[in-house]
Amino acid sequence: MVGIVGYGTYVPRMRVKVDEIARVWGKEGARISKGLGINEKAVASFDEDSCSFAVEASRVALKSCGADPKGIGAVFVGSESKPYAVKPTATMVAEAIGATPEMTAADFEFACKAGTAGVQACMGMVSSGMVKYGLAVGSDTAQGRPNDALEYSAGGGAAALIIGKEGTVADIDATYSFTTDTPDFWRRQHAEFPRHAGRFTAEPAYFKHVLSGAKGLLAKTGTKPEDYDFAVFHQPNGKFPLRAATMLGFEETKAMQGLITPFIGNTYSAAAMIGLCSVLDVAKPGQRILVVSYGSGAGSDAFKITVKEGIEAKRPKVAVLNAIEDKEYVDYAGYVKHRRKIKSL
Amino acid sequence: MKNATPLIWRNSAARYNLAGNHCETCGKDYFPERVVCPTCRRRGKLSAKQMPTDGKIYSFTHVHAAPAGFEHETPYYIAIVELENGVHLLTQLVDSPAEKVKIGTNVKMCFRRIFEDGKEGLIAYGFKFKVV
Repeated sequence: MVGIVGYGTYVPRMRVKVDEIARVWGKEGARISKGLGINEKAVASFDEDSCSFAVEASRVALKSCGADPKGIGAVFVGSESKPYAVKPTATMVAEAIGATPEMTAADFEFACKAGTAGVQACMGMVSSGMVKYGLAVGSDTAQGRPNDALEYSAGGGAAALIIGKEGTVADIDATYSFTTDTPDFWRRQHAEFPRHAGRFTAEPAYFKHVLSGAKGLLAKTGTKPEDYDFAVFHQPNGKFPLRAATMLGFEETKAMQGLITPFIGNTYSAAAMIGLCSVLDVAKPGQRILVVSYGSGAGSDAFKITVKEGIEAKRPKVAVLNAIEDKEYVDYAGYVKHRRKIKSL
Repeated sequence: MKNATPLIWRNSAARYNLAGNHCETCGKDYFPERVVCPTCRRRGKLSAKQMPTDGKIYSFTHVHAAPAGFEHETPYYIAIVELENGVHLLTQLVDSPAEKVKIGTNVKMCFRRIFEDGKEGLIAYGFKFKVV
């Protein structure tokens, strides 16, 4: 059965506290932190972007599972913060991991769920026998306009999943998607920062799609929340995923291992995938995981995943929750310098 | 820098994956790759080889007056790293706290942006090193 052969993540080292951002704009940091359920966010340094993140995460995935990069027949990178408007990130990633030239590659864009869209594309290609392995990466250095609500949450990070049939550490038993045309968040061509529809991003956008995606998958597979040991949801903040879990009938404790946003912010295309990787770091063979991503515009991809024997030997050396402990704080001035938000940079 | 496209593209194999070469006659590794083995000359037989990605700091300096294109990154570390196979290379050190940057400290390769060819030109990516 098609599944995850290897996984890896990358989170940049720099952090800026929500408190520090609030201080600059004369807001109450403690209240914003509590409201969002986010304490601090990960920030890419001057010489990092979604391509360098994607390469780092993919290299971790390959190294930990030991798969031959030449067996990777497809590389899909999902991002909404591409370094080039025209020139695929996927070719640079493929070259850097040694998968080129006999393979296909493309970049995907679907706000925060482009990474899981890549997972589904890889599942199709692997299942049909077109490729041995597919690599799906979600990677973002999320943009937030200074003094916008997004500035407190927009973080950065990447997750890479190698999809294949042989030697899987977790099988993807089923997937289900729920998609509509919902204008909750967008960025126009050449615009520097995205815009969003404020409160409209919650009920008719995030919750409608995440809940429909999860319910659709449960119905399709004939399973109930009790059948799962872990639940991972897209996490634009620290609160939405826990509310989604409760609304679906999952105990909140099942969503905690995959809830990483409070420590690194919303990593957009990588968010649900990093959450899944954190669960794979601890899940035992036989345990079941529900993953539901969400991308504005809008849609959700839901996955039913069962952990396999032998996962212990193929886990990355450092678990997600340990890796994010290696950090260095910067103040707001350092943050705007590194993210090139100063006009003259 | 203007029109650095050939420079960026020709160096990508070395910069992405430390692609160097190896002399099958004397057993020495080279990075960047050599056209001729300087020891064996015409008796040398060179083949492609990827360098190890771990090493240690052989020497370093802290740069405060940077060349064009790197002004906004100061101060930063430049180091000569000795790879596990003895090969030396020049690299930037990133994500490395000052108290850990010492001769002999273990470092590993990471993947970063190196420079960009102006606002609309290519971005050069490749290896930098960080303290383990």
